[in-house]
Amino acid sequence: MTALLEVNHVSKQFGSDTKALSDVNFSVNEGEFVSIIGPSGAGKSTLLRCINRMIDATSGEIIFDNMNVMNLKKKDLKKVRTKIGMIFQHYNLVNRLSVIENTLHGNLGKKSTLAGVLGLYSQEEKEQAVNILHVLGLDEHIYKRADQLSGGQKQRVGIARALIQDPRMLLCDEPIASLDPNSAKIIMDHLRNISTKLGITVLVNLHQVDVALKYSDKIIGVNHGQVVYNGSPKDITKEDIQLIYGSEAEDLIFDVGGIHAS
Amino acid sequence: MEANEQLTSAKQLLDPQLQKKIRIKTLTKSSVVIRSTLIILALLSIYAFISFDYKQLDVGEAVLSTFANLKAMFLEPHLKHFTFTHALYQVFVTLGLAFLTTLFGAIIAVFLGLLAAENLTNKRVSSMIKGSVAFIRAVPTVLWVLIFAVAAGLGSVAAVIGMTFHSVSYLVKAYSESFEELDNGVIEALQASGANWWQIIFQAVIPSSLTYMISWTFLRFEINFAVAIAMGAAAGAGGIGFDMFMASNFYLDIREIGAITYFVLAIAILLEMVAIRFKKKLKVNG
Amino acid sequence: MQADYFEKKKRSTRLFLAILGVVTVISIIITEYNVVKGFSSLPKAVEWGLANFYPTQESLTKLPAILDKLIETLLVSIAATTTGAVMALLFAILGSNTTRVNAFFGSISRGIATIFRNIDVAAWAMILLFSFGQSSLTGYFALFFGSFGFLTRAFVETIDEVSGSSVEALQATGAGYFSIIFQSVIPSSLPQMISWILFMIETNIRSATLIGLLTGSGIGFTFNLYYKSLNYDVASLVVVVIIVAILFIESVSNYVRRAVL
Repeated sequence: MTALLEVNHVSKQFGSDTKALSDVNFSVNEGEFVSIIGPSGAGKSTLLRCINRMIDATSGEIIFDNMNVMNLKKKDLKKVRTKIGMIFQHYNLVNRLSVIENTLHGNLGKKSTLAGVLGLYSQEEKEQAVNILHVLGLDEHIYKRADQLSGGQKQRVGIARALIQDPRMLLCDEPIASLDPNSAKIIMDHLRNISTKLGITVLVNLHQVDVALKYSDKIIGVNHGQVVYNGSPKDITKEDIQLIYGSEAEDLIFDVGGIHAS
Repeated sequence: MEANEQLTSAKQLLDPQLQKKIRIKTLTKSSVVIRSTLIILALLSIYAFISFDYKQLDVGEAVLSTFANLKAMFLEPHLKHFTFTHALYQVFVTLGLAFLTTLFGAIIAVFLGLLAAENLTNKRVSSMIKGSVAFIRAVPTVLWVLIFAVAAGLGSVAAVIGMTFHSVSYLVKAYSESFEELDNGVIEALQASGANWWQIIFQAVIPSSLTYMISWTFLRFEINFAVAIAMGAAAGAGGIGFDMFMASNFYLDIREIGAITYFVLAIAILLEMVAIRFKKKLKVNG
Repeated sequence: MQADYFEKKKRSTRLFLAILGVVTVISIIITEYNVVKGFSSLPKAVEWGLANFYPTQESLTKLPAILDKLIETLLVSIAATTTGAVMALLFAILGSNTTRVNAFFGSISRGIATIFRNIDVAAWAMILLFSFGQSSLTGYFALFFGSFGFLTRAFVETIDEVSGSSVEALQATGAGYFSIIFQSVIPSSLPQMISWILFMIETNIRSATLIGLLTGSGIGFTFNLYYKSLNYDVASLVVVVIIVAILFIESVSNYVRRAVL
C-alpha cells in the first residue's frame, strides 16, 4: 500500500505565542479510514485545514499524491483542492439554493470562470448529481431548498457535494457533532461505505471516542497540537486515551472498557 | 468494483426520468418575486433617466466642474465668514438639538413602546399605536418642522418638536420589539407572585431590555445628528447646518463648505464608531 | 455585601441621571430652546392645523400638477437607489472580510463608503447645487451618494452574516473567486439586499422632499412654493399626497419582503 498523504513536521503558529500545531507527523494510505481524536481546542480542525491549505501551516511539508501542497501556486492549489472533498460540522451549504444546485457546486473547481459565474452545468454533470443523491437516499429532496432539510439530510448534501468532485480523499471536520445519534450513524455508515466501496481515503475529526474506535482503520490522537497516539483502534489502551484527553479522561475510560468488552 | 455497479444500476433505475433535461433552477414564489422586483426597478430607473428634467444642462461639463469643486472643497478648505470657534460652537448647537430630540423622543417612546408591545397590552391597542407610528413616519421630518414653525416660529423649538416625531416612531418600533422578546415566563412568574402591571414593567421588562434600549437610543442619536444638520439648512433651525446653507446659497463659497464638511465628518465618524460598538452589543445579546 | 450591591446600583443610576440632567440643561442653553414655548406650541399647532391645514375643494385643481412632481420625485429616488446599489454591491464585495481580495483594498473601499455615508444628503445637495443647478440631477446625485454609502455598509454586513460558511466550502472544492461570488455570495445575500434596497427607496423619497426644498426641484419645491405663499390648503394637499405615496410604497415593499425573506 502506498501513502496518499504524508504530513511531516508540520507546525502552525497563530500570532506570536499561540501554538496550534507543533511538529505533527503521520501518513495515510490510499483507501484508509482514519480518525483524528482529541479534546476541543487540541488543534484537530487546524490540522485538517492545513492539509488543503484553507489555513497555511507555518512550517513542515504536506505531501498529497506525491506533491508538496505547501509550495503550490494558487492555480495548482485549486487543482489539488478539486481532488480533496471537504465536509463541515455546520454543513456550509448555500441555504437558499436547491439540493441539486448545492451538489453541483462541487464541480465549480473544474469549470471556466464564465461557466461558474452563470452556473452552467452539462447534462452528464446533472445526471451524476442525481445519481449521487439517489445513492445517499435524497431522491425526494432534489428540488427542495437546503434550509428546508433536517441536519442529517443537510450533511448528506454536504457529502454529495464532496463526492461529485470525484475526490481521492475526503476531509471531514466534525461531521456528526451537530447531529442526533440516528442521523450520526447514517452519516458515519455512508462515510465508511465511501471508503470501502469507492476506495476513497477518508480523514475524519471526531470527538466521540466510541464512534472513532468502531469505524476507523487507524486512530490519530492529538493533544495540545501534538500527535500522542498513532495506531490501530484495536491496540488502544486506557492509558492511551488518558494521554489523549488528559485529566478529562476519567469519564471516558469507562466508555473504552465498554467497547473492548463488547 | 461493487460501488461502480451500484452507481450504474442506480443510473438505469433513473433512466426513464433522465430522458428529459434536468432542470436545476426551480421556480418558487420567492425567486419569482426577486426576479420581478429587480426587473421592475431596472425598468423604472431607465425610464427615470429618460424623463429627467435636464434643463439644457451639459451633464459632462457639470460632472467635471463637480470634480473641480470637490477638489477645492476637500483640498483647499478655509473659513472666511465664520471663525473656527464659531463653527465649533455651532457643531455643539447641532449636537444639542440632536440630544434634546433624542431625549424627548426616548421618553415618549418608552410609554408608547410599552403600549405597543403585544405581550404587555392587548392586540388592539398595540396595532393602533403601531399604525399611528407608521403614519407619523410617512411625513418627512422637514415637513413636520415646517408645519410646527407656523405655530412656534422658525427656530430650535419648531426643529426639536418636528424632529421628535420621527424619533418617537423609530424608537417605539425598536423598544416594543425588544419588549416583545422578553420571555413570557418571566411576566407569568411575577404575575403569579401578585405583582401589578407597573411593578412588572419596572422590575422585569425595562431592566431586561435596558441594554437594547440604550443601544437603539444611541443609534437614533447618531441619525438625529444628521437630521439636525439638514433641518438647520432647510428649516432655519440653526447650528452648523444653517452655516452650511449660508455658505452654499449666500456666500457661494465652496471652500467654506469644505471646511464645515470636515467638522461634520469628524463628529459623524466619531458617533459612528461608538454606534458600531453599541450595535455589536445588540448582536451578541440577540 | 448585598447592601453594597444595591447601594452601588443606586449610586450609578443617580450618576447617570445627573449627567443626563446636566447635558440636557447645557443643550437647552446653547440651542436657545424655550421650554415653555415648547409645551405651549403643541396645542397651538394642533389648533392652527385644524383651522387651516387641510385641503379644500379649490386646492384639488392643483392635484394633477402635484402628482406630476410626485412622480418625478419617485423616479429620482428609485433611479438613485438602484444605481447606488450596483456601486454599493461592488464596494461591499471588495470591502467584506469574507470576499475581499486583500486587506488593503478592503479598508480602502470601506473607507470611501464611510466618507460618503457620513456626509448627509442635504450637504451633498448643497455641494452639487453649484454645478448642476436646479435640475433633477442635483437631487439624483445627492441621493445616489447617500444611498451608495449607506447600502455599502448594509451589504457588507449582509455578506458577512449569511455567506461566510458556504464561501469556505466552495473554496475547499477549488472553485474560483468569481464562481464563489456568483454561486454562493449573491444567491444567499440577494433577498436581504433587496430588503435593504426597498428600505433605501422609502428613505430616499422622504429625503427627496428635503432636497427638493433646498435645490428647488420635485415635490419639495412644490410644497415650499405654496407654504411660503401661505397657501396652506394646497400645501396640506401636498403632504397628503406624500403620505399616500409613502404608505403605498411601504406596503408594496412589505409584501416583497414577506415573499422574499
